[in-house]
Amino acid sequence: MQLILEKRSDRSAFFAVASPFLALLLTLLAGAIIFASRGINPLEGLYVYFVEPLTQLWSVEQLIVKATPLVLIGVGLAVCYMANVWNIGAEGQLTVGAIAGSIAPVLFPAWQDPSILVVMLVMGTLGGALYGLIPGLLKTRFNANEILTSLMLVYVAQLFLDWLVRGPWRDPQGFNFPVTKSFEGWQLLPTFGGTIHLGALFALLACVALAFIMAKTLKGFEIKVMGNAPRAGRFAGFSRDRMVIFCFLLSGGLAGLAGICEVASVVGKLQPQISPGYGFAAIIVAFLGRLNPVGVLVAGLLLALSYIGGEAAQVTLGISDKIAKVFQGILLFFILSCDTLILYRIRFEFGRARSLMAAE
Amino acid sequence: MTAPDYLLEAIDIVKVFGTLRANDGVTLRVAPGEIHAFLGENGAGKSTLVKMIYGSLHPTSGTIKWMGRPVTIPNPNAARKLGIGMVFQHFSLFDALSVAENISLAMPGTFDLAALSEKIARVSKEYGLPLNPSATVADLSVGERQRIEIVRCLLQEPKLLILDEPTAVLTPQEADQLFVTLKRLASEGCSVLYISHRLEEVKRLCHKATILRHGKVVASCDPAKETAASLARLMVGGDVHAVRAAKAPAGGAIRFSLKDASLQPDGPFGVELKNINLDVRGGEVVAIAGVAGNGQSELFDAISGERPLSQNTAVAIDGKPCGTSNIIERRKMGAAFVPEERLGHGAVPVFPLSENVVLTRHSDDASLAARGVLDRHQADSISERVIKTYDVRKGKPDPEARSLSGGNLQKFVMGRELDRKPKVLVVNQPTWGVDAGAAATIRQALIDLARSGSAVVVISQDLDEIFELADRIAVISRGQLSQAQPAHEMTSEKIGLLMAGAHEKREMAHAAHS
Repeated sequence: MQLILEKRSDRSAFFAVASPFLALLLTLLAGAIIFASRGINPLEGLYVYFVEPLTQLWSVEQLIVKATPLVLIGVGLAVCYMANVWNIGAEGQLTVGAIAGSIAPVLFPAWQDPSILVVMLVMGTLGGALYGLIPGLLKTRFNANEILTSLMLVYVAQLFLDWLVRGPWRDPQGFNFPVTKSFEGWQLLPTFGGTIHLGALFALLACVALAFIMAKTLKGFEIKVMGNAPRAGRFAGFSRDRMVIFCFLLSGGLAGLAGICEVASVVGKLQPQISPGYGFAAIIVAFLGRLNPVGVLVAGLLLALSYIGGEAAQVTLGISDKIAKVFQGILLFFILSCDTLILYRIRFEFGRARSLMAAE
Repeated sequence: MTAPDYLLEAIDIVKVFGTLRANDGVTLRVAPGEIHAFLGENGAGKSTLVKMIYGSLHPTSGTIKWMGRPVTIPNPNAARKLGIGMVFQHFSLFDALSVAENISLAMPGTFDLAALSEKIARVSKEYGLPLNPSATVADLSVGERQRIEIVRCLLQEPKLLILDEPTAVLTPQEADQLFVTLKRLASEGCSVLYISHRLEEVKRLCHKATILRHGKVVASCDPAKETAASLARLMVGGDVHAVRAAKAPAGGAIRFSLKDASLQPDGPFGVELKNINLDVRGGEVVAIAGVAGNGQSELFDAISGERPLSQNTAVAIDGKPCGTSNIIERRKMGAAFVPEERLGHGAVPVFPLSENVVLTRHSDDASLAARGVLDRHQADSISERVIKTYDVRKGKPDPEARSLSGGNLQKFVMGRELDRKPKVLVVNQPTWGVDAGAAATIRQALIDLARSGSAVVVISQDLDEIFELADRIAVISRGQLSQAQPAHEMTSEKIGLLMAGAHEKREMAHAAHS
């Protein structure tokens, strides 16, 4: 018997919608197998991981807090990938955004009025955008592969942050811990009562704005043309280089905004580790959301659940919270493989039909 | 001389694709040590026959004999075992590997790079094809890359070497060098089947010629005894076309012109445009004839502004220079363009027709994208108008571009531009792959547009079409454009000569004078 992947004559409308759900289902199955292999009742494991966090108000709040950076970054990446621009370095742009946004509170700790918050947000966004510009320019000037350059720049950014908080920006009163002085007052984002902060609103606005741009404007049209048929894009008068720069500025800026929002809320200061890999998880968010801004909103919440579930699994089941990364990896793997079914169908071939071909 | 004296005989070969008889009873005989030219226009069926000899296609009927014995050649591997080598027009080399590594990939037996390198160096030197086995392919010129392909064949000691338009990518000097090698091979008893449409070359090099037209052999001759003109007539089919008298109103203003337009090639297979001059008046259709790959797509890019030129005066629309302007600016000046490739260039395959309207009209049609926001109703109504006016047949109300047949999509893509009533329209291969009915509609629309006062430029490989449409005809060959001449003064023979590069020399002589 043989498994044959056969190209469909038309893309399958059914699998275009069903693929992410199928991927989720397969991820849950794989999860059950992982739990079983650790000697945990798979049903209990999945319940603790995926259901329990949704039953309590505080963990739903946590879900939104964690979804905030994922959605902010994911929606920018969705636009990039739609245009066939492969920014893999959102984690680095997030880091540089956090650093740039922290310049004001670190250097002027006494600055305490609403203007510092505006300065922090603007600087954070600009920092991320400019850091994204580097792989963009390398691509347009030297045709360097943006997947590699953007990814490598992540580590540059993280090591730079590490050096900053251990060196020049270390809090003198911080007992030698590698942290900056804690931000306070107007240096922190206002919250909506609990832990949900202003960043959530930014994420929502970004989704709405980009949904409008993609559906209704010439820019959105240009993005889709460049992603689908670059030659036709050139014929339409759109510039490939300008599109690459636009995508990196946009996604870098949003990642930078996510970065400063994180350090001005959840983290409250700069430290070597400011993100549990949101920039990478947002890649999954973008694909799980079908590169659609509204889809990204839903997918962001789902990926946030994988983080919360990971923490819950650590506490309740006593397994490493690295399990969250495992689930995210499995999910991306299944999304990408299920997407194959949109353009291809699987056919089982039995018996001797092949032997004729083999004889040729 | 009896039949077994031939190395290869293809007798009465028929190959049918659907309803098209690509080869219709073709007979070709190649003697040992002979350089045999295989001539014909694009689409005459040369490649089809050669692919059958090389085993990548199989004849519908007919016999192939190899050294007097009937054979079936199931695949290229079997062809190589018989002693048939082929050098394709487009090379199959890995840029990142060395010469020896590339060749080793095609060699049977054990992998011994050192021994192979030595062999390559020896064979390449012997045949005047100098190659450094350890050089990286990416660093080599196109001519050197071709040498790799030839040496790769020679290492397998072929009895028949097939070359598909080998000089299309070579400089004249490289071509001369190649001819020396081929003559040497022939003198050693290796036969060469030489596919070309460059008649001067064929006269210089080949012992015999078989000429193909519309899938049939029209002549078999000794090229040395023919003139380039008589070969051209055989190839193009001299007396088939009824020449049409000019109907264009004389003395319209010049609406479109090219002055010494030059453009560097954008890749190893690109063609350099050299000092192209052309004036097109309102009211007339000027056709640019030429064999594929002689700079037509580069010319289209230069005219449309997809690749802006360095000289602003090189292109002018209605007397206003726009050589450095991009395609959007040229559209705003009243020009419209239809490229050769419909899917992926003229239209986005997965977009519905209404969105494909936006593709070329977003910039000059203010109502379509006012302040950057798309007006989909406007796009829909334009799309519907085009569909109705140009009789575009479709299954759904607003189907994706790729779901339309070639003819219907071409009518749509043409209609999208004609609907703007452009002052200048430039079309590359307007009826390529289009059924006869749609082709007639499209040609009529082009003539109607010209007669309404616009300047129309048609780039085409189809001589029938050119004679049907054109008021004046120019010919492009290796990136050079001949002077446009009135259609009623042109004959197929003249065009055939120009296609084979007759005007290139004259222009060189001019350059030498001045």
